[in-house]
Amino acid sequence: MGLAMVALSGPAPQASAQVTSERLLNASKEPQNWLMYSGNYAGHRFSALDQINTSNAASLVPKWAYQTMAGGKFETTPLVVDGVLYGTGQDDRMFALDAKSGRPIWQYQRALPVDIKPCCGRVNRGFAILGDKVFAATLDAHVIALDSKTGNVVWDVESAEHGKGYSFTLAPLLIKNLVLVGVSGGEYGIRGFIDAYDAATGARKWRFYTIPGPGEPGHETWEGDSWKIGGSPAWITGTYDPATNTTFWTTGNPSPSNRGEGRAGDNLYADSLVALDADSGKLRWYFQFTQHDEHDYDATQVPVMIDDGDRKLIAQANRNGFFYVLDRATGKLISATSYAKVTWSTSKDAAGRPVPDKNRVPTPEGNRVCPGAAGSTNWMSPTYDPQTKLFYVTAREQCDIFATAPQPYEAGHAYYGSAYFPNDEAQPFWGALRALDPATGKVKWEWKHTSPTWAGVLSTAGGLVFTGDAEGNVIALDAASGKALWHFQCGSSVYSSPMSFAVDGKQYVAIAAGSALFTFGLP
Amino acid sequence: MFLHEINFACAESSLRRRSERFLIGCVLLVASVVPTVALHAQVKNPYAGDPKVAKLGEYQFRSNCAFCHGLGARGGGRGPDLTRASKRHGTSDGEIFHNIHDGIPGTAMPAATNGGIGVGMSDEEIWQVITYIRSVEKKVSAAEMGDAAHGKELFYGAAACGTCHMVNGKGGRLGPDLSSAGSSRSFEALVESMRNPSKRLAQGISEPLKDFSQEYETATVVTADGTKLQGVVLNEDSFTVQMLDTREQLHAFEKSKLRSYEKTRESLMPAYDAKTLPDKDVKDLIAFLLAASSEGGDK
Repeated sequence: MGLAMVALSGPAPQASAQVTSERLLNASKEPQNWLMYSGNYAGHRFSALDQINTSNAASLVPKWAYQTMAGGKFETTPLVVDGVLYGTGQDDRMFALDAKSGRPIWQYQRALPVDIKPCCGRVNRGFAILGDKVFAATLDAHVIALDSKTGNVVWDVESAEHGKGYSFTLAPLLIKNLVLVGVSGGEYGIRGFIDAYDAATGARKWRFYTIPGPGEPGHETWEGDSWKIGGSPAWITGTYDPATNTTFWTTGNPSPSNRGEGRAGDNLYADSLVALDADSGKLRWYFQFTQHDEHDYDATQVPVMIDDGDRKLIAQANRNGFFYVLDRATGKLISATSYAKVTWSTSKDAAGRPVPDKNRVPTPEGNRVCPGAAGSTNWMSPTYDPQTKLFYVTAREQCDIFATAPQPYEAGHAYYGSAYFPNDEAQPFWGALRALDPATGKVKWEWKHTSPTWAGVLSTAGGLVFTGDAEGNVIALDAASGKALWHFQCGSSVYSSPMSFAVDGKQYVAIAAGSALFTFGLP
Repeated sequence: MFLHEINFACAESSLRRRSERFLIGCVLLVASVVPTVALHAQVKNPYAGDPKVAKLGEYQFRSNCAFCHGLGARGGGRGPDLTRASKRHGTSDGEIFHNIHDGIPGTAMPAATNGGIGVGMSDEEIWQVITYIRSVEKKVSAAEMGDAAHGKELFYGAAACGTCHMVNGKGGRLGPDLSSAGSSRSFEALVESMRNPSKRLAQGISEPLKDFSQEYETATVVTADGTKLQGVVLNEDSFTVQMLDTREQLHAFEKSKLRSYEKTRESLMPAYDAKTLPDKDVKDLIAFLLAASSEGGDK
C-alpha cells in the first residue's frame, strides 16, 4: 500500500495546518488523519493505513483511554487532524486530545437546558472540521462552532425549538463552506429538516424540509394536517458526491412512529434517501425504503457510495432488514435483498421494492414482527472496503411484539402511538457482523455476536475489520474470512463506530465503550 | 447512581426502551432501605378508581412499562408481575409513584425522566399508570393459595426445590434465588416454571447498557484435559464463559481453550408433571413462596 506507506513515513505532521475544503475532498489521501464522521465523503469508513494488519493484529495492545466520566451511551467517532483528536460525548461534552497520549488540550461542556427532549439517550456522535473551527450539533437543537485550538465558542445558532422535541445527535457534514446537519425528534411529532449553515458565520443558507409543505410534490402522501407533526427526522450524517455536487441524506420514521392511523399515505420523505443539491438543498431525487412505516424503521443508516466500474451506486443496509443498491444519478432501485430475518414485508412491487404486509402491523393484542423496532441494524456505521469489495454491516436478529397505544399529539411530548417489546418465549436474540457482496446482496461470511450489538464497523487496508459487541469486546477480524484475530474487553457495551489514525508513523484504532474512548496500537 | 443515567437505550427512534433491561426478576433482588418510604406512603392517587384515567394509563403503560413488565402488567422474564396486590418495593400509591418517578436503586427500574423510562412521563401520566395498575390488581394471600407450611416441607423435602434454589438465605445456588418470586411472578408464570421450566428460562445477570440479560442456559464443557462439566451459564461473551457446575463449583473458561463447549436451552431443572407434583402441591409451593416473599420483603 504505497499510499499508506507515504503517509506513515512522511514528514512530521504540521500541527498548524488548516483543514481546507480541498483536504476534505481528498480525505482518503491523508490516511493518518480522520477528517469526517465516515472517514471520507463516500461514507466508506475505510482506513488506508496498513501498519496494523492481519499478520500482527493479534499483538494489539491498549495505548491510552480517555474517560468522560459520564453515564449513558458514548457514541462518538472522533476526528484526528495532524496529531490532535477531537471528540464529543454524553450531554454534549466536547474535547480535544493529544492523539498520541490521550491528554486533554481543551474541554467544553455545554450548559443544556433542563427541558431538552433527547428521545433515546443524551448522545452526540461527533464533530465536523473546517479551517480552525470544529462544528457540532447539540441536544438543545443548536449548531455551534468551536475554536479548534481553544474550544471557545465562535458562533452558536438555534436551529429549532428544543422544547417542541427538536434536538441534534449527529456529527455535521462539512461541504465546501457549509455545515450540514439533520434534526432528531421523530418521537415527538416534529417536522424534520436538513439544514446548511455558513461555516464562517453560522448564518443559515438553506433548509430542506423532509416533509413537503402544501403545494409541494409529496404533500399528498399525508392525511390532513398530519404533515405538520409527521416526524421524518434526519439524524445520521449524510454523504457527498463532489462529481455531481449531490449530498445524500437519510431520514427517519414518520410520527407517530408505530401508528399509521391519522397519517394515511406513503408519508414522504420519511424512511427515505434524499439526494440534494449541496449548494441549494434542492431535491434531485428520492427513494423511500419503507412506505407508511408503523415499525419505527428509520432509514438513518449511512448511505455508502460504491463505484463498480462505470456504475455509480449508492448502497444502504437498512434498519428494515433489506440491503438496497440504487443508481446514484437517478435513485432507481437496482436490488433489494434481505440480510437479516424479515417478516414486515412479504412481497415486492413492480420496481422490486419490498412493500409492507398489511397483516404485520401493530394490533391491540400485539403482533410479532421482525425485525423489532431496533431494526436489523441501526445508526451504527457499516463499512465498505474497496480492497475486498465487500460491505460489512452489524446485523441484529431480534423481533418484537408491536401493540397499539394511541396517544394525542402534544407539543414537546412523546408521540409514538404504540409499544413494542421482545417476545419472552422466543429463542434468545443474537447479532452478527455480516460481510455482504454488494453485487449480489449475498452474505459472504458472518461473525456471530452473543447478543445484538450497537457497534459499527471499520475496515482497513491492513485486511482487517474492527467492531465491538454488547458484551464489551472490541474485535479485529480478517476482512476476507471473518476470523477473529484479536479482542480486548473494554468493560462495557460498545455504542460507537471505530476509526483509525496515525501519529508519528504509528497507527492507532480508536473506539468508544462505556464512558471511555480507547485507542489500540502495536506494542 | 448509574441506574439513573441509564436510559432505556434506544438509538434515537430506535430502541426507546431497549438497552437496559435489567432483570428485576426472581433473582437477587436486594431489598434496600428507603427512609423516605413513610413519607411517600401518605400520598394518594388523585385519579383513584377513574376508569377513563385507567384506560389512558394502560396506553402509557404499554409505551413506557410493558417492555419489562409485559402486556397487561403481568410481568415477563424482566420486570415483576404488577398485578400482585403486594409489591416488594412498596404497595401504597405514594410508594409506587416514587418508584416510577425516581427509579429503584439496585434494580433495573429506571427513573421516569428524559432518557430514563421511554421518553419520560409527567407526574400526571405516572398517576394514570398507577390508576391502571390498580385496575388490574388481584389480591391473593398465601392462605387463599394453599398450605404454605406444606409447601415449605415440599420445597426442602420431597420436591427437592431447595437443592438448587434459595429462599431467604436457605437452599442451593445453582438455580435462581426465589426469595422474591412469590410477590414478583404471576401465578401462571410460577406454575409454568415448575411444569415446563425450559419454556422460558429465568434471567440472570444484566449488565448496564447491554440489551439482553443472560439467561439460565445449560452448558456442557469438556476441558483440555478431558474433564466433562455441566452447569448453568452465569455469563458469557464470544470468547469466555463463566459458569456454575452442578456441584456449585465456579468456573471461568476461555472458549478457545476448551475441547468442546455446548449450550442448550434445556433447563437443568426437571419438569414436574402432575404425577410427580399434583396441582395441589404446586399451589402449596406457591403459597410458601408468597409467604416467604412477604417475610423477606422490604424492611
